[in-house]
Amino acid sequence: MSTENNGDKNNMETTTTPSSLSSVASASKRKAINSHPMGTGLEARGVHAWFGKHHALADVSLDFAAGTVTALIGPSGCGKSTFIRTLNRMHEFIPTAAMAGQVILDGKDIYDPSIDVTKIRLKIGMVFQKPNPFPSMTIGENVLSGLKLAQLKTENKDDLLEECLVKAGLWNEVKDRLNAHGGSLSGGQQQRLCIARSLAVRPQVLLMDEPCSALDPGSTLRIEETIEELSSTMTIVIVTHNMQQAARVSDYTAFFLSDGGPGQMIEVAPTNEIFARPRDKRTENYVTGRFG
Amino acid sequence: MSTTETTYVIPEKRVITTKPRFSDKVFRGVVTGGGLSSLIILGLIFGFLLYQGFDIIKSQGFDFITTSSWDIAYDEAGNVISSEFGLSAMLIGTILCSFIAVLIAVPVSVATALYLTFYAPHWIKKSMVTIIDLMAAFPSILFGIWAYFILMPSGVYWAKLINHYLGFIPAFANKDRYFEGSPFIASLILAIMIIPIITSISREIFSQAPLDRIQAAYALGATRWAMIKAVVIPHGRNGVIGGAMLGLGRAMGETVAVYTVLNLVFAINWKILFGVGGNVASLILTKFGEASAYEIKGLMAAGLVLFILTLIVNFASDQLVRRFGGKGK
Repeated sequence: MSTENNGDKNNMETTTTPSSLSSVASASKRKAINSHPMGTGLEARGVHAWFGKHHALADVSLDFAAGTVTALIGPSGCGKSTFIRTLNRMHEFIPTAAMAGQVILDGKDIYDPSIDVTKIRLKIGMVFQKPNPFPSMTIGENVLSGLKLAQLKTENKDDLLEECLVKAGLWNEVKDRLNAHGGSLSGGQQQRLCIARSLAVRPQVLLMDEPCSALDPGSTLRIEETIEELSSTMTIVIVTHNMQQAARVSDYTAFFLSDGGPGQMIEVAPTNEIFARPRDKRTENYVTGRFG
Repeated sequence: MSTTETTYVIPEKRVITTKPRFSDKVFRGVVTGGGLSSLIILGLIFGFLLYQGFDIIKSQGFDFITTSSWDIAYDEAGNVISSEFGLSAMLIGTILCSFIAVLIAVPVSVATALYLTFYAPHWIKKSMVTIIDLMAAFPSILFGIWAYFILMPSGVYWAKLINHYLGFIPAFANKDRYFEGSPFIASLILAIMIIPIITSISREIFSQAPLDRIQAAYALGATRWAMIKAVVIPHGRNGVIGGAMLGLGRAMGETVAVYTVLNLVFAINWKILFGVGGNVASLILTKFGEASAYEIKGLMAAGLVLFILTLIVNFASDQLVRRFGGKGK
């Protein structure tokens, strides 16, 4: 598996129109897959989700290879947020929520009754749409809060603190005020603080549910750089409404759509192919901006 | 003088205002009236107590709150020859009983509120909330009677246990082995009476704990208890303290239930298991029925002191919350 050069793919004969983003997608570097020992990735097998009687998501099977970034795109209400929340069992916190199917991490179904769900969420971290640092804790305490919450021990807290903040691209901005409260940061910094917090428990997989939707373009760019750096050591799944972002950061893109019924996954492919040569007409309409 | 030429004249500043609509004026009047009426009623009660009790406070001075006695001597015609009023035992009793009641009630209430908010199945939650709200509206005389016949015997048994094992602590000593009607038992019934208030306020504030932080904690691998410690308790701490203060106020003013169980004696008693106690509100109730006009004045003065004590405690607790609270919001 080597670095590909897809520069000429736009000229290839296709039956569908390439999106204007295809050049963005193909310009982003393709990286070697599975070159790091970071687990076996994550697999969703026939996942359905319900809220009460409402069937929100139907039959999604999707592999997330270790060390890849997968973007989930699609119009609002297509079930992509619901899907990402089934991947670390956050879905079940919503009253009346139900699911079917399997989500497999390291060969084990995370919904198996014998599985300790708190351990699963340590391995599969999550960053939310709205930055949600703990306001009663300092910046430093926020980063290390996962250790306290899960009662984990670490040899050297200061090193871990610095490592996580560096990886999240926040270290230089906060290194002199680690004892300030998390709420004193700007929205973009808070979101990177939340990313640093997720990293401190060393997850194999990081789920990001529209992590930049509440942020300005500068902060968005910083977070995209962070994602780029993190993807060499972990598997990342990102829900985004911003197709530019999907094209810039992801290796694979999955398109979700609901035609009034439950949301379904229409198509998944390497990101440059989704934007250059979508197989499905509906994907093409969406990525070329004709609807959605 | 500035060197650049000014091409404009600095105008008069405009007054920015909007002519209120008639309906706004009416509504404003109604809510202002409502808001002020409670203040006015409170002021009138204060004025009444001050007016009635002024003579006694004036003649007794500071002795009224530092000594402990309640004696009036009348001549044969019913005129007052001499009188001695002192509230210290009653005041200390009131403070002691209500603080112990809050100490007992807060942990129970917080646990109940956490259970109802985060653990209880829906149907248990629904019925328990109704029952607890009902408990808050339960007549205090019934609490008192129940406490006298049912709670007292078990309370005495627990008091004996505490005395047996922890009697070396001065507060739990009871040399005379007299356990009935002690401040401890009065505190127990007070605690039961204020649990609904504190529970209901705590439950309300816990249920408002921000969902995004709750999810953040869970997503970091927190157990439910770890999440509660990290998110719900910091968020709800001030609300719980506020609820405890409301409970404290209720406990300090509670009259009938304490009157039914407490053995009212004019002697300062810090030994909470010993069956001698004091309570300002119960004192007023005890003496009111057969008091002479002069004694009534003494009781009104006692009421005034209780009123001021309640104000002080509420004010102090408010300051406490301001100083030590604030975090976690």
